Amino acid sequence: MNTYPISIRPFGLQAILIEWPNEVEKAILDDIICYMDQLKSHLDAAVWELVPAYNSLTLIKKDIPVDFSEFSEQLKRWYGEKKLGPSRDRFLWRLPVCYDLDFGIDLEDVAEKMQLSITEIIELHTKAEYIVYGIGFLPGFMYLGGLPASLEVPRKKIPRLKVERGAVGIAARQTGIYPQESPGGWNIIGNCPVPIFDVTKTPPCFVNVGDRIQFYAISRASYQLRTIEGEVGIYKVEKMKLDA
Amino acid sequence: MLKVLKSGFYTTIQDLGRFNYRTMGVPVSGAMDNYTVSKLNMILENEEDAAVLEITMTGPTVLFDEPTHIALGGAEMSATLNNEPIDNHKIYKIQDGDILSYGRLEKGFRAYLAVKDGFSTEKVLGSRSMFFPITNKRHIADGAVVPYEVNKAFEPKISKYKVDSLLGTTSLEVYRGPEFNLLHDRQLEQLFGTDFSVAKENNRMAYQINERLSEHQFSMLTSATLSGTVQLTPLGKLIILMKDGQTTGGYPRILQLSKKAIAILSQKKSKDKITFKLL
Repeated sequence: MNTYPISIRPFGLQAILIEWPNEVEKAILDDIICYMDQLKSHLDAAVWELVPAYNSLTLIKKDIPVDFSEFSEQLKRWYGEKKLGPSRDRFLWRLPVCYDLDFGIDLEDVAEKMQLSITEIIELHTKAEYIVYGIGFLPGFMYLGGLPASLEVPRKKIPRLKVERGAVGIAARQTGIYPQESPGGWNIIGNCPVPIFDVTKTPPCFVNVGDRIQFYAISRASYQLRTIEGEVGIYKVEKMKLDA
Repeated sequence: MLKVLKSGFYTTIQDLGRFNYRTMGVPVSGAMDNYTVSKLNMILENEEDAAVLEITMTGPTVLFDEPTHIALGGAEMSATLNNEPIDNHKIYKIQDGDILSYGRLEKGFRAYLAVKDGFSTEKVLGSRSMFFPITNKRHIADGAVVPYEVNKAFEPKISKYKVDSLLGTTSLEVYRGPEFNLLHDRQLEQLFGTDFSVAKENNRMAYQINERLSEHQFSMLTSATLSGTVQLTPLGKLIILMKDGQTTGGYPRILQLSKKAIAILSQKKSKDKITFKLL
């Protein structure tokens, strides 16, 4: 595993922003997660929150100012002492998506724009493994990288005021699931019946940054069964432990 | 119990907020004007995370059906207790059947009602702050009941507290944000030399500003944002994230408001003036 030139800067009085080179790259994300897990052994979890995303890690201190100059030196030392290799298990989550036209309301439009059949779109979308580069925007919203180039379709010119909960969208180089009803400008190609965020579960979001996601197609009947399972909270998500 | 006879424009329960769930995309939430709320909880000798009602623009009418003590603060909203005018930052003893109601908004935008020992609604992910869909309600509706514990032993040490009002303050103290350095001279001049005004798009998630800076083409990867982060969109629009603001964003973070500046801004409404002062 590499060591990168990282920059450490104050972000207001209560947060510190650590940045890696400005690239979307798995090796950078792995280094961030490795460092974050090491920091967790030094920092009190009751006081610190650590937010990783793409090429950055933000440390946020609950309600207390940070002595930046002293602490940034300590952070550099810890980065130098960082252990190599992954520090915890990471998973590939397999999530079901119903690509029925009733859910995939933009499928026909995307097929025309990209000169693909709907079957080809589904094959491309389910074949790829996506890396979770961040979680934000909405509770449980995953920033997924790794969309095949042949599915890179622009955002819709006019965003919808209402996108359904569970809607699976593609736009530019990204794909993702709307974890709750929301306005949105992505092209909707299906719906995932598994709740990505559920306040009744501990933890409420089963996915972590650094995990991977793969979609698989399900029938409408299976979708309906899984929706009911989701509502009563008895769903199980298929997962596979990832090798280092 | 507090019985909410009329709920007002947008009334919610808020405490200090929800911590340790940002990595899952959950906003912190919590009282917008935390400066006021901490004073109210202090005079009532409450825990600092005691939950209060946050009342926006027009106030509710509420009936207390158990004795307690209350204190009001924040925006001046012509509050009355059993039709008698009452003051901010002063403790009032409440009897079974008392009715608190609000009238005209005189100054500020958000008023707070604190009760001895706080409101005791259910905590979700460690906080009582209302945020849909983490809590199943967005705000308090007409007819809702809000529980509080009855504390018969309480004898206030202070009956009234002098609070430096922030309601008339327009200057917001800010720190440099992570992308501050991308601003060129013209934008810096605009940023620190303009009387800005609050846009009608202002709520617990974000305050937008009417006046724009010049455009930019800087693009960055999505990264963490905080309450009080000032984002600059490519078209030069300023968006200030507030307590229910998203936890990550892709716009340059040019400034970061101080804690006090967040409290000052949360008392502003559409068209109110603000300026930025760099610390």
